[in-house]
Amino acid sequence: MTMPIAPPKIEPPSADKRWRLVDNTMRKHGYRPDALIEALHTMQECFGYLDEPGLKFVARSLRLPLSKVFGVATFYHFFTLKPKGRHTCVVCMGTACYIKGAQNILDEIEKTYGVKPGETTRDDALSVLTARCIGSCGLAAAVVVDGNILGKVTPAQTLEHLEKVVKT
Amino acid sequence: MTPEELRELAEKRRAQLKQPRCRLNVCLAAGCQSCAGDSVFKAIKQQIEARKLDGVQVRGVGCLGLCAEGPLVLVEPSGLLYQRVKPEDAGELLDALEGAPLKRLECPTDVPFFRAQKKIVLENAGVIDPENLEDYLAAKGYEGLIRALTDMTPADVIAEVTTSGLRGRGGGGYPTGLKWSTVAKSKGAKKYVICNGDEGDPGAFMDRAVLESDPHRVIEGMIIAAYAVGAQHGYAYIRAEYPLAVKRMQNAIKQAQKAGLLGDGILGTSFSFNMEVRLGAGAFVCGEETALIASIEGKRGQPRPRPPFPAESGLWGYPTLINNVETFANIPPILRHGGAWYAAIGTEKSKGTKVFALAGRVKNTGLIEVPMGITLREIIFDIGGGIPDGKKFKAVQTGGPSGGCIPEQYLDMPVDYDSLARVGSIMGSGGMIVMDETSCMVDVAKFFMDFCKAESCGKCVPCRAGTDQMHGILTKICNGEATLDDLALLERLCDVVKNTSLCGLGQTAPNPVLSTLKYFRDEYLAHIVDKRCPAGVCKIKAPAEVHA
Repeated sequence: MTMPIAPPKIEPPSADKRWRLVDNTMRKHGYRPDALIEALHTMQECFGYLDEPGLKFVARSLRLPLSKVFGVATFYHFFTLKPKGRHTCVVCMGTACYIKGAQNILDEIEKTYGVKPGETTRDDALSVLTARCIGSCGLAAAVVVDGNILGKVTPAQTLEHLEKVVKT
Repeated sequence: MTPEELRELAEKRRAQLKQPRCRLNVCLAAGCQSCAGDSVFKAIKQQIEARKLDGVQVRGVGCLGLCAEGPLVLVEPSGLLYQRVKPEDAGELLDALEGAPLKRLECPTDVPFFRAQKKIVLENAGVIDPENLEDYLAAKGYEGLIRALTDMTPADVIAEVTTSGLRGRGGGGYPTGLKWSTVAKSKGAKKYVICNGDEGDPGAFMDRAVLESDPHRVIEGMIIAAYAVGAQHGYAYIRAEYPLAVKRMQNAIKQAQKAGLLGDGILGTSFSFNMEVRLGAGAFVCGEETALIASIEGKRGQPRPRPPFPAESGLWGYPTLINNVETFANIPPILRHGGAWYAAIGTEKSKGTKVFALAGRVKNTGLIEVPMGITLREIIFDIGGGIPDGKKFKAVQTGGPSGGCIPEQYLDMPVDYDSLARVGSIMGSGGMIVMDETSCMVDVAKFFMDFCKAESCGKCVPCRAGTDQMHGILTKICNGEATLDDLALLERLCDVVKNTSLCGLGQTAPNPVLSTLKYFRDEYLAHIVDKRCPAGVCKIKAPAEVHA
């Protein structure tokens, strides 16, 4: 661990106040390089995804090469470099959900909305994602729509719910 | 705070908890929350206030275990358990406090699911409010720490843990006492303690449940470990996908700091230790200790060859102790009751209990804790209630992507580290997925290989390229396009990937393939030779379609 040093004066990409939160996280860690993942978490929480100007801001603030910052941001599944749609649907693909037909749910969503996991519909209405396991195995098969977990769902129930959500 | 002050606080809380005539404990762990447990909690609270009920209390608690029947509400002191409670049931539930139990929602507790369990790690889950330090104190929390800091030397603590026979609950089963003494002996200007709460195994939610239900237990275990090995700082590395666990852990750390249980001069002694939460970011390989350390350092979670082991050179090059959530959660009761008490539970070589996340094609899915040595049949058919819909049991998968599928013939085998290893699986962190005849074992092997392929960190070739090749062959088999030569190649690849990969991820990735090949070879052959999937899962094209 390096000693805390005077904070570098790096200008955030825009006047958006949310950058202050990202800066706070880095300051809390004394702008040490090990604050990288924490800073990326804050940035994604604030903006929904990681964009290039933001990654450059974090890289300069922590005195890290941009390549390293990109390397970390793309290594971990939790981070996304693409903006999400207005609604998100995360299909849990953990073992318990898989055994109970999660693949069929994904297939049906793909058929209906024409998007594969990791993609967003053209009208930006819906992003479809998969999760390794959301830890709600007792509720398999589970789907998370806009942060709400739907347990023990069938492909038909999922589609019905999505239709309601996406329309609003 | 001094030990006396802490005990006083516990006593006060215990008296307070006795005051109300009865109390409704509403499960607010993630499983029940996702089926509107928090609305049930609010509805009951509103009803109590509206009716001005004296001596009736409602409290949010951690996991009550039977996740499949949630939301769950436990009534104290009667011990009545209600299942599938809806917010609109609140009035009726309160009416029933005086008279007969509400039959419509009653969950029978006199069944093997509850009777066959033995709770040590989960003793407080569902009983205390995880966001209330005093609740934990009232349940004899931090008593183990008081004993360690005031009555024992670090060497005594390690001896007690060694006597208990506790083995690492993260999967490997390495003796905890031995690990602690290695770190204690290591020389370094600083030392660290890390709690591995990454839980990347698909199909596992034990660590999540412990962190959500009883976070102070994990903190207490970590402080005791830090005292034993001489560490000054700790990290709880938790998956970002578990927001509730993260929140409750952060809350508990703050409470512990305020009470002087973390920080300088803990409990008025000269011992100092502090800790913080670090978020994982979704990488299965971070379960590997050297990769986890890299991640805390802000780098990609890539493992490095061992030795040197983290015990000698870990976080930032300093000696580091890494244990899993459940391992730390076992420490407080061991210090409270003594190592010999713990060693009397379980089998000769696997002591104590194990928490399992029981899921898949089984009636009672949920979180269970059982003594080591219980048979798979008892877990699946007694506690789990058997296979639903009149289907036939086919296999049980333990240990996640690093484990294997165990067939029917071994159902009467005792569950312990060594027996599981003998049949080609592992304890792992404790995921247990039951499969019936509707599951295709080749498809299951493909599922795990797809997982390992995507999760390989890419640092070493056997794992990066080998898992990809294996996944390709398994896909060919599932599609009915493979030949017997492909099968031979698959078996060779299993051998190469297992023996030449750098870390545990690659070394164990072939396990699901090897175990299904061993016990369900006929299913592989049916796909390859007869071009059909016996379970009807794989979409094999009929020969006519292929030629057309």
